[in-house]
Amino acid sequence: MDVLADLLGGFANALEPQYLLYAAIGVTIGTLVGVLPGIGPALALALLLPLTYGFDPTGALIIFAGIYYGSLYGGAITSILLNTPGEAGSVATAIEGYPMAKAGRAGPALATAVMGSFSAGIISTLGLTFLAPLVANLARNFQATDYFALMVLAFVSVTALVGTSVIRGMISLFAGLFVGLVGLDFLTGQQRFTFGSAQLLGGIDIIIVVIGLFAIGEALYGLARLQYAKEQAVEFAGRIWLNREERSRVWKPWIRGGLLGFFFGSMPTGGSEVPTFLSYNVEKRLSKHKGEFGKGAIEGVAGPEAANNASFSGVLVPLLTLGIPTSATAAIILSAFQIYNIQPGPQLFEDSPDLVWTLIASLFIGNIMLLAINLPLVKLWIRILAIPKTLLYTGILVFGILGVYSLSGSITDLLLVCAIGAAGFFMRIYDFPVAPAVLGAILGPMMETQLRRALSISQNDFSVFFTRPLTVGLLLVALAVLVLPAVLPRLLRRVKRTDPVG
Amino acid sequence: MRWAVPLAASLLVLTGCGGESGGGDGSADDYPSQSIEIMAPADPGGGYDQTARSIGRSLDEGGVIDTGTEVYNVPGASGTAGLTQFVGENTGNPHQLMVIGKILVGAIEQTDSEVELEDTTPIARLTAEYDAVVVPADSEYETLEELMDAFEADPGGVAWGGGSVGGVDQILVAQLAESVGIEPAEINYIPYSGGGELTPAILSGDVTAAASGLAEFQDEIDAGDMRLLAVSSEEVIEGVDAPTIMDAGYDVSIANWRGVVAPPEISDEQRDAVVSMIEDMHDTPEWQETLESNNWDDFLLTGEEFGEYIDAETEDITQTLTDLGIVD
Repeated sequence: MDVLADLLGGFANALEPQYLLYAAIGVTIGTLVGVLPGIGPALALALLLPLTYGFDPTGALIIFAGIYYGSLYGGAITSILLNTPGEAGSVATAIEGYPMAKAGRAGPALATAVMGSFSAGIISTLGLTFLAPLVANLARNFQATDYFALMVLAFVSVTALVGTSVIRGMISLFAGLFVGLVGLDFLTGQQRFTFGSAQLLGGIDIIIVVIGLFAIGEALYGLARLQYAKEQAVEFAGRIWLNREERSRVWKPWIRGGLLGFFFGSMPTGGSEVPTFLSYNVEKRLSKHKGEFGKGAIEGVAGPEAANNASFSGVLVPLLTLGIPTSATAAIILSAFQIYNIQPGPQLFEDSPDLVWTLIASLFIGNIMLLAINLPLVKLWIRILAIPKTLLYTGILVFGILGVYSLSGSITDLLLVCAIGAAGFFMRIYDFPVAPAVLGAILGPMMETQLRRALSISQNDFSVFFTRPLTVGLLLVALAVLVLPAVLPRLLRRVKRTDPVG
Repeated sequence: MRWAVPLAASLLVLTGCGGESGGGDGSADDYPSQSIEIMAPADPGGGYDQTARSIGRSLDEGGVIDTGTEVYNVPGASGTAGLTQFVGENTGNPHQLMVIGKILVGAIEQTDSEVELEDTTPIARLTAEYDAVVVPADSEYETLEELMDAFEADPGGVAWGGGSVGGVDQILVAQLAESVGIEPAEINYIPYSGGGELTPAILSGDVTAAASGLAEFQDEIDAGDMRLLAVSSEEVIEGVDAPTIMDAGYDVSIANWRGVVAPPEISDEQRDAVVSMIEDMHDTPEWQETLESNNWDDFLLTGEEFGEYIDAETEDITQTLTDLGIVD
């Protein structure tokens, strides 16, 4: 098979000593940063992006993938021991993981998370291997109208992120959309919201938004909260390995979580929030130990953590084949590609097959490395949790600001990141979700571009959105995703009532 | 990794790769007395960056100078951020060079940059790349003439794809339109951020035709996925199976050139020394190999003549951008 030959070629590259070393560096740094409370994969990547300068593109992306996976594994440790998930994707892990740790079963909880991540990582990378070339082939025929419909679909998913208050979520989303407007209008060259500053002509880099909201905002919030909340890491003692009963309980959730994570990750709606919570609910429903849920059920750690890890390879499908980032993390990886003048999209698999397949092969290798360094070294990683919070948060502030400066050397960018950070701080205090703002800033400009391109090509004839079958199909799916969650329960109830058997 | 280049350079010097003694041809004997710093006003990876690094490498490895080179990047504002910094910080310093090109001329107009190319000291134009006019392989247009006839009949009906707004590609399309009497306002030009975005849009049939750097399309042309109708050079390009736009009957040619400038207020002797250093660089086998491997046309023009060329380009491009309504 073609794909297998390509993948083997990728392995031949990825197994070169230098790339193995890069992968090892990536997963180690990733785990180290991921263990720090409050730092999720997106922030880890944004902070560490400057480190990859000077590597060749393949090497840089291998390090990047390593950092990403490492920070996921590291994030599981913090979620379980400290109950402070660094990103939405690991919230579900903490629900059962933290009670397990409090009950003195931190070892098995961590082992489940690590091994579950490993199995799911392998499942989903296999999925990526076979699905991505197919999607890339399909995407060759995608026109601007289809891309626009995909963007609409992606935006609909934001509704899943708005949290408890729709108004707060929408305000956050629109703030992000506004940030995306700044800069030269790509179609006409007009300046928008640049206030005469040449530095703003190129727009506000997504990395600045991510570091501002996730690093500066979170660190300020963390520091402000220090005097109120005293978090205490759970003491880690006892065995790490799973016993026979636990083993028999976790392997199915691993596989189910892996499949869910990959499936939902690879959709244009993307992200890790939906599959992790879905996995949690599925495991709760299927478990023979329903009574343990909420008090430390091991299935509730195994499933979501597997789904979380698997969603990354899933997210790579639309990123690599369509150039659409469906999460903050994916947007940072897209920036990394662009730094090296590589545009992900349908052409990527043809233009840079070596890079793609080496990257995919390195995902397999990174997973194996993480399994190897995480289980034996888990006690070492836990020591990092002993770093005093004041030092940690000030450290994040310093590195965040240094990171921005090293990227651009621009004072304007420094002021921007501080302003966005201050906004992020107040958003956290008043309970505005941050994720919609980030996605708005990422996807807003892309959606505008595709919409206006489509209209420009059709000479402002809106019918193009209703005459192309693919476009109409995607728009209908988007409508369904928006409406069904509200309508379906009612319909089902009615069906039940009229159906005498049900 | 800004230190990587000077480190490599100093290693070269240490190992004696400096070769013959550097300097120019007599004038300003002690030039260069320190390392040459070359700015690329863009992110690593693009055309400016490649040009800057190739100049640095040819100066070092070609044995033109033995004081070393350093390349650094100042991205932002379509290159004008770099220009502003270059002119502001290096006045009178002949050891500073900056890579410029045709795209920067348009960008200066478009961004209302206060610093202009007039504020620099022209050294040399070095390379040119040419645009290709392509259509998808299954297009009904077999020749440029067929495409242009359709364009003339219904200007809005031909969706042209190309690079960023105000760039070389849009200027080419505008001049093509002008050559057959189409009003610039009627052109339906859709900008893409680069070949990676543009190529799929051509292959999917989104745009009718496209103009962009020949190198961007070479793979697809070779694979038979795109049809090459014409190239924008003045003479037929060796090994390229297509006429020039001029041979096809339209009085349009365009070269996407790049070159180097020095800061303002250096003396004439200093300028001559820099020019002669770049001329020596141009003659090195390293530079000739660079031209070959990148498919860059040798486009050397130095000193005051280059200055006059920049002035003419500025006037020409400003006119086209004004016609297009991009600048006022």
